[in-house]
Amino acid sequence: MTDATKDHRPDGPAHRLETGATPKPKLALYWAASCGGCEIAVLDINEKILDVAQNFELVFWPVALDYKTKDVEALADREITLCLFNGAIRTDDNRYMAELMRRKSKVVVAFGSCAMEGCIPALSNTTSKEETFNRSYHDSPSTVNPSAIEPSVQTQTDGFALSLPTFWNTVQSLDQVIDVDYYVPGCPPQAHQIWAVLETVIDILNTGKPLPPKGTVLGAGDKTCCAECPRTREEKNITKFFRPHEIKPDPDRCLLDQGILCMGPATRDGCGAKCVSTDMPCRGCYGPPPNARDQGSKMIAALASVIDAKSPEETDAILDGIVDPVGTFYRFSMAKATLGRRLVDHAEVENPDVWGRSPSGENEEVSP
Amino acid sequence: MTTATSTQTFTDTIDKSQTTPVWQPKIVAFLCNWCSYTGADLAGVSRIQWSPFVRTVRVMCSGRVDPTLVMKAFRLGADGVLISGCHPGDCHYSEGNYKAMRRVRLLRRVLQGFGIHPDRLRLVWVSASEGDVWAKVTDEMTETVRNLGQLRLES
Repeated sequence: MTDATKDHRPDGPAHRLETGATPKPKLALYWAASCGGCEIAVLDINEKILDVAQNFELVFWPVALDYKTKDVEALADREITLCLFNGAIRTDDNRYMAELMRRKSKVVVAFGSCAMEGCIPALSNTTSKEETFNRSYHDSPSTVNPSAIEPSVQTQTDGFALSLPTFWNTVQSLDQVIDVDYYVPGCPPQAHQIWAVLETVIDILNTGKPLPPKGTVLGAGDKTCCAECPRTREEKNITKFFRPHEIKPDPDRCLLDQGILCMGPATRDGCGAKCVSTDMPCRGCYGPPPNARDQGSKMIAALASVIDAKSPEETDAILDGIVDPVGTFYRFSMAKATLGRRLVDHAEVENPDVWGRSPSGENEEVSP
Repeated sequence: MTTATSTQTFTDTIDKSQTTPVWQPKIVAFLCNWCSYTGADLAGVSRIQWSPFVRTVRVMCSGRVDPTLVMKAFRLGADGVLISGCHPGDCHYSEGNYKAMRRVRLLRRVLQGFGIHPDRLRLVWVSASEGDVWAKVTDEMTETVRNLGQLRLES
């Protein structure tokens, strides 16, 4: 693709096309708190990646190219045309890179569920930094840490000072730390949607068409996952919830009809209904549909409507089948939850045991 | 204000530095149009004293109260949320109150997952003739929330 030895600063020779024509628009990809799946998804567009390389000059892509942060710092402000930023923000370094990419880029896209709404990293907002560290460095069965070492911001060793970025208590989405122009949902965004977005950008650059309004969700539909789902839906009367491993689902009937907790009704379409087509329930990675701010609350509303119970006792018996409600309804959108994060400093109740049955709440009193 | 002028109002004369704000519970109540709102109205016209810390919002049905509304109320500073509908079997829309009951029971679990005491959300049934019940319920809710203290959401 791009020769790593080339000088990519504004005055460098690679600033122009090989033919000596006008400079190519610059493209940067960065990952913050993410798993790397979004990066792989970009490569899933297969040979079209060559079209990307033909139309853009890749100036920064840590997973694939050996450019350093200092190379980006050396660029002029707004010199990068498009930055696809994936990953949530949970350390000082993540924030520094987000701010840097914002300064250097004309258009910043929150690429993938982590950057858009927190995704799996933001599930740690249901716990605290201390609990996360305890689990990671002390309590987990696979951890051997006899001297109880934890990462710290400053460490002195053999006369050298080592520093690590500060780890935050709360994971944030990209738009909670910088101004974001567009969003591409998905965990990861599906390859055909990534290519659709890149194709649109290339078209806009070539033809001078106007950009879509700021804040637009690109590479997704404007309905819910159910609109793409090939299964047959009937009237829903749920009498028992099953976890996916507890039942062999009917391949043609709606999964929610069968009592499998499927986030489809509260999730944006555009993925091609991949999970539900293979008997797995939708988990909600494409985020809330248009006009819904809080994916979790919409799912609570939808789900409670289709439970077949008329008494509090019956309802509770059915709801006991939902293990870890917060982690299920906010699996991908915890950073954007209306209620923020699980209370730590002002916690009023114990952390529910997500491995067992969720407590229904003490002193609960619903008349009659 | 340092000098008295003709535009000075009564509140300008209060020395604000001398008054410490006392926390009082803020409770948002969603009342269904057909039973509970009329019930609360009856409490009013009957001159029954009820908690001044409850702010009422009239909705067409308790089943219309989306969890988003409850969460947004908490986010905007409510310490408690009360939802009131028709008694089971009396819903103007047949089943809206059952829907509300199921939502509240699920929502209370979710609040617990966020570290919020589930008693901050309560569902009650108040009919159009139960002004006294409404007064009792609001006083109880105020007491519950007062004991729980101010809700301080973290972001």
